Amino acid sequence: MSNGKQSIPCRKAFTDTLIRLAADNPDIMVVTSDARGSVTLNDYANRYPEQFVEVGIAEQNEIGIAAGIASFGKKVFVCAPACFLSTRSLEQIKVDVVYSNNGVKVVGISGGVSYGALGFSHQSLHDIAVMRTFPNMSVIIPADRFQTEAITEWMTRTEGPVYVRMGRAAVPDVYTSADGSFTFGKANVLSPGSDITVIASGEMVEKALKASQILETDNVSMRVIDMHTIKPLDREVIVAAAKETKAIITVEEHSIFGGLGAAVAEVVVSEHPVPMKILGIPDEIPIEGESKDVFRHYNLTPEGIAKIAHQMLQKT
Amino acid sequence: MEKTIFLKKKAAQIRMNLLKMIYQAKSGHTGGALSSVDILTVLYYEVLHVTPENPKDPDRDRFIMSKGHSVEGLYNILADKGFFDPQELNTFSSYKSRLIGHPSVKVPGVELNTGALGHGLSCSVGMALAAKKFNPGVKVYCVMGDGEQAEGSVWEAGMAASNFKLDNLTAIIDRNYLQISGNTEDVMRLDKLAEKWKAFGWDVHEVDGHSIADLVAILKAPPIPDTPKMIIARTTKGKGISYMEDVAKWHHGVPTEEQFNQAMKEIETYIQELDKK
Repeated sequence: MSNGKQSIPCRKAFTDTLIRLAADNPDIMVVTSDARGSVTLNDYANRYPEQFVEVGIAEQNEIGIAAGIASFGKKVFVCAPACFLSTRSLEQIKVDVVYSNNGVKVVGISGGVSYGALGFSHQSLHDIAVMRTFPNMSVIIPADRFQTEAITEWMTRTEGPVYVRMGRAAVPDVYTSADGSFTFGKANVLSPGSDITVIASGEMVEKALKASQILETDNVSMRVIDMHTIKPLDREVIVAAAKETKAIITVEEHSIFGGLGAAVAEVVVSEHPVPMKILGIPDEIPIEGESKDVFRHYNLTPEGIAKIAHQMLQKT
Repeated sequence: MEKTIFLKKKAAQIRMNLLKMIYQAKSGHTGGALSSVDILTVLYYEVLHVTPENPKDPDRDRFIMSKGHSVEGLYNILADKGFFDPQELNTFSSYKSRLIGHPSVKVPGVELNTGALGHGLSCSVGMALAAKKFNPGVKVYCVMGDGEQAEGSVWEAGMAASNFKLDNLTAIIDRNYLQISGNTEDVMRLDKLAEKWKAFGWDVHEVDGHSIADLVAILKAPPIPDTPKMIIARTTKGKGISYMEDVAKWHHGVPTEEQFNQAMKEIETYIQELDKK
């Protein structure tokens, strides 16, 4: 499936898609907080000034304003760094968006450790855990530019609140086109596999695929699942993996608490318990460095995933 | 004059009804509800274009109760205007009731769930922006508390409203000088509140928040073009009930039977005096 080609960042694919869709959809509104450059919104802002609201560095106000606009039946996208949206504006997301039924699309860019060397203030390793506790909030992480395009199109058609987290850097393509890359709430099984399963989301999907290729040379058959929608979770694909393979590894650019791994474990323990390993950032302020350094440090690499897979299979 | 008497009487009846509701439920934010009744009465019976038979009319004016804890007056007004059956007021704060202790969008006529302070003005700015773009003619009104002014997000919204030139937005501060822990000037000094809002680019007016005539005049006055309007309404917490006025403990105090009867008597006497005029 993957051609491994280095591509454009998901945030760019997101804004390119919005530019295309806004031409025929005057209901699309974009709100940002001095993050035009970070989100890559300059072209959009220049082309659609009437469908663009700049609030300055004020993320609480940003969500409140977005909720107010959404209450007029508009498709409002709030775009800003995930670290600020998921923390500074959390109460506004809870009350003005979720509780008040205003279907704002909260798009957190440069999530996880994208800003690596800028430090913990700029990282969001709690966002998935928090957002998925909000009733009716959908939580999604795209794996590449094509899936981002499909998710963006879907968001312009959906009513409820959504949290989408994207990374900063360009990620290699996982898919070859937007078509078929995203069905809301339905995970993609990218590689069949019968010994062990890896469930990943976002940038970790491509690493999981590469891990399966490494394992193939060791005669280990690993199933690879892209869990792009973390809420609502595709329970069926998880139960099948638990029944048909010996163990499950989850891989996420997030705290090991409350994210993809926890969501998968909640299904596994209640439906069909099998050994699991939750791979992510442990309970510490992450090691300093760029995102690739952080990934390597915590085994969030193809080699790291393959190593963990061997360890898991030895135990079973 | 006749209109002013009508509104005064209406406000007095709303005071009675909300006290009955709080007394029956044994729960409520009594003091702030009473201080904001005159403001809400003028808004709903004289200013706002809202239609109970079509509560979601896209061209309706929007009202946001940012100080959500003073919901009792709002519920009683919405019921009186026909947004829902007044019988439902008897369910206030009870199991499965949609009439909870802060505004809920489950209640017809309520635009936003509030309760966490410092949110209402931001959402009002969003609504006023959307109105300018999509539903010209729609006006947005937001009532805030004075204690609420300590929330930083209020000032983010204040800056944005003047930046976006929202002359279709009016905010009203229920300036009763009391919050749950005591006088606002002791808890976190607001001091020159009017000057602060002027510095943020608003057209600021200080009025007697219990003067029906003054409230009608300022709320109906046309805005200064491109400028949001701020009304700092000087009010008395617990207004209308002698033993509650200016006493911080009535923020969420519930009257005893004796206190309740006395309150009813005081308002009835007030209404009788109005009838003589």
